[in-house]
Amino acid sequence: MSESRHLLDTTHNIATPEGVELKLPVAGLPARTLAWLVDALIKLVGLFVAATVLALMGEAGIGLYLLVLFSAFWLYNVLFEVFNRGATPGKRALGLRVMNTNGTPVGWAGSTIRNLLRAVDVLPGCYLLGFLSVHLSERFQRLGDLAAGTIVVHETPAANLDLKADGGPLPVKVPLSAVEQQAIVSFAERAPRINAERVDELAEMLEPVIAGVDAEQLKRHAAWIAGGTQS
Amino acid sequence: MKQEAFEARYADTWEQLEEWMAVLAKGRRRGDDPAERRTIGREFPALYRQICHHLALARARRYSTGLQARLNQLALDGHQHMYRARLPFVSATIKFFANDFPAAFRQQWRFMLASHLVFYLPFALMALAVAMKPELVYSLIEPGQVSMMEEMYDPANDKLGRERQSDTDLLMFGFYIYNNISIGFQTFAGGLLFGLGTVFYLVFNGLYFGAVAAHLTAAGFSSTFWTFVAGHSAFELTAIAIFGGTGLRIGASAIAPGQKSRWHAIRDAAREILPLVYGGTALLVGAAFVEAFWSSTTWPPPMVKYSVGIGLWILTFAYLLLMGRRDSRP
Repeated sequence: MSESRHLLDTTHNIATPEGVELKLPVAGLPARTLAWLVDALIKLVGLFVAATVLALMGEAGIGLYLLVLFSAFWLYNVLFEVFNRGATPGKRALGLRVMNTNGTPVGWAGSTIRNLLRAVDVLPGCYLLGFLSVHLSERFQRLGDLAAGTIVVHETPAANLDLKADGGPLPVKVPLSAVEQQAIVSFAERAPRINAERVDELAEMLEPVIAGVDAEQLKRHAAWIAGGTQS
Repeated sequence: MKQEAFEARYADTWEQLEEWMAVLAKGRRRGDDPAERRTIGREFPALYRQICHHLALARARRYSTGLQARLNQLALDGHQHMYRARLPFVSATIKFFANDFPAAFRQQWRFMLASHLVFYLPFALMALAVAMKPELVYSLIEPGQVSMMEEMYDPANDKLGRERQSDTDLLMFGFYIYNNISIGFQTFAGGLLFGLGTVFYLVFNGLYFGAVAAHLTAAGFSSTFWTFVAGHSAFELTAIAIFGGTGLRIGASAIAPGQKSRWHAIRDAAREILPLVYGGTALLVGAAFVEAFWSSTTWPPPMVKYSVGIGLWILTFAYLLLMGRRDSRP
């Protein structure tokens, strides 16, 4: 399999001044929606607490409550994104992070633009424009992201670190392309769900790449590829 | 080199960077060892570049995806630290008010002018229309709201601009911040809808203010209404027009992006007008202060209120047109 073929995936590549390409897994709608829900919950609880406390202060309390409400609407996201390494508590909980498309941390400019333009993303209701934009743009950006030049990415690439194999991870002695490595990992992930004969049959197909390999060995290879260290 | 040998040789280097990233992520704390920070500051760039090199090697030699992912994450964290913007907050704020904000206002003078026109023309036309045909006020504002308005500016009040006389200054301050700045932000954001959202907010607010002003003047409340609005009008109306101008700028770049792609043009425009968004916000905070704590008072004689109002108008435009001219060019 050739590596030069362009594969459809959700990785955003950044060329750094050091001459190496960084790969970023861009976050899609489900993760972002969940993060939004967690943030909404936090804000609701915060507003409820503020309302309870400030209710004791009468008219002045209502004034202060309106300031809190304003902060929840407009400042919450900007302040967290700028001072908490690109993540609101909700994004942190989901392992997401906002950054500029060139991979630098999001600053005041990027965060302010993307969060003020949220007012357009929510239109005409239920984030419809944002929903369409996320699906039509290459990097799952809502309108605010497109105007600010920001993306939302997964903090750590989803690694299959929980691949278990009898005998522990086994290093592969020959260099394998990314596609080949991925195929082996996928094989190990699917193996428990297909019958033993088919597993052996699939493993045999790798004979030309890794000589004399069998299914058990392949599972150990997969564990090693996924980041396990030899015990 | 086999992967195991590669890992064995450089594991310490990677752990070192991971450790430093953890220290940097914590931020400055009291009780930190300043010597450690200096060491990190001195050696970080070299270590980061080395890890970029390792990442490139790991890819070229097709080491395991697990190792590649680990190095990719390390290099990314390093990249974020290396190329983050470092801004001294206080001096940046001073420079902003002394230079950036008024300079941006003049740089975008076409859009500022257009926005003033889109705001004040409906204002003047509506005021004129209501002055000639008083019932026209009900075409825009509900009768209930109109009578509420009349109550707020009843000359018998000892606090102006309030629905109930018990409303405190702080309550109204919170309300002005929440309501007015939200409208300002929405006026800016509406620019993304090819400027239509912005034009809507500007025209609607223009018509609304025009109708209210003409109606209350005709109702004989001019002594209370105009003394109330005189103080904060400069900040508030100018801020609305500024937010409108930012929206029009975004809208214009969405309609006519020129040589750039549409989103590229919008991105550039948004960064350009950002000082005006911050500045407009600052003006509205100022307006909320004046409106809540000065405009509502009834003890100063009308002449004082009008003088303060006119003074603030002169000050606002002198600031926007004259401030920071000397070093407005980079």
